[in-house]
Amino acid sequence: MNGPSLVQAGKALLVRDLRLLWRRRGDAFQPALFALLVVVLFALALGGEPQALAKVASAVMWVAVLLAGLLSLDTLFRGDAEDGSLEQWILAPVPLAWLVAVRVLSHWLTTALPLILATPLLGELLHLPHDQLPVLLASLALGTPLLSLLGAVVAALTVGMRRSGILVALLALPLYVPVLIFGAGSVARSAQGLDAIGALLFLGAGLVLALVLAPLAAAAAIRIALH
Amino acid sequence: MTLPPHSSLPLLAARGLAFARNDEPVFGPLDFAVGAGEALLVQGDNGAGKTTLLRVLAGLLRADSGEIDIDGRPAQASLRARAIAYLSHLPALKADLNALENLNFLCGLHGRRTRQLPGNALGMVGLAGYEDTVARQLSAGQKKRLSLARLWLSPAPLWLLDEPYANLDLDGINLVNRMISAHLREGGAALVTTHGAYAAPPVRTRMLVLERAA
Repeated sequence: MNGPSLVQAGKALLVRDLRLLWRRRGDAFQPALFALLVVVLFALALGGEPQALAKVASAVMWVAVLLAGLLSLDTLFRGDAEDGSLEQWILAPVPLAWLVAVRVLSHWLTTALPLILATPLLGELLHLPHDQLPVLLASLALGTPLLSLLGAVVAALTVGMRRSGILVALLALPLYVPVLIFGAGSVARSAQGLDAIGALLFLGAGLVLALVLAPLAAAAAIRIALH
Repeated sequence: MTLPPHSSLPLLAARGLAFARNDEPVFGPLDFAVGAGEALLVQGDNGAGKTTLLRVLAGLLRADSGEIDIDGRPAQASLRARAIAYLSHLPALKADLNALENLNFLCGLHGRRTRQLPGNALGMVGLAGYEDTVARQLSAGQKKRLSLARLWLSPAPLWLLDEPYANLDLDGINLVNRMISAHLREGGAALVTTHGAYAAPPVRTRMLVLERAA
């Protein structure tokens, strides 16, 4: 039997997701707009004091990116569960964990990556000191895929429930806190003139661990949810 | 298909298959077998457990007891994934994608027979000219036809069809019967759930009547 290879199935899913996103680009921009809103409001609220803004700039960026990711988490598997696509994922000859991993990749590509690319601009808005920008970018590049992976486990756990908006946030919060601490912490350390590499390595280690375990956990949760 | 077309072993065999939900038996224990070139009609009233039986066979639900063999081998997940194509109540179509894009995605996920092309399959199920129509604008019957096109492209020898005649017009019912006949001629097998025998395909069929557990 000529079943599809991992690459073929993954590519088909990725193409589908990007196409769907393009068809509903109004909805797709919501997380990015939300993050922009948080940043702009912060800048306006503390606008009179550039020094005060510069001090919290990296933390604000991290919180904005984290909340934007959280906003789109509930839709990660819900649409596919409701129209029966998840059933066909489970029945496909490729491992469900692989499809979950590809789905998380498309989530990260469409919610976190645009924000990382916009970080230099948003940083200017927040008077982010220029020497902190490389560390902030590095911490976001390592931290946001980790957030997407952890979020996928939570989204998979709640996919069987009809409405789970606040539950997703509550379940994701304790998992997100360490990422936030190491992510924002790395920039804070470098701002104090300390070495930020330790915190970044922790983020990297977490990312490697989550890359292996989170798709498996999310796949198991989806199987349970669809029973 | 690499499975031998007319092997002596049944393509699908179940022994003592039973399923219970919250300790309430839904069906079983059931014993049945479907050979290559055969169709099994699963009949029963609403709530008799027809859909549940198909979901158990597909591997979406775990049976409480009993064994399932595919082509003489215990039905492991990887074997099931390659041998079974499942037509569910849920169409698994994305409303914002057009017919051809939906079909291409599902083929990418499940693989497709080497000689068949998605465009031709759409023509076969009567959806020629609807390639660029987004799924949200298709009627329920047309969505069913699109799912049938996916099934036609699937390389799996064993079809599990849950109410394939639902939402279809007379021409559609004939289409399902033609598809099942052609599939069986090529050495495949099909399990078909229906309420009654009014639309049985003109092929060698066995019957399995499910009764609601008391």
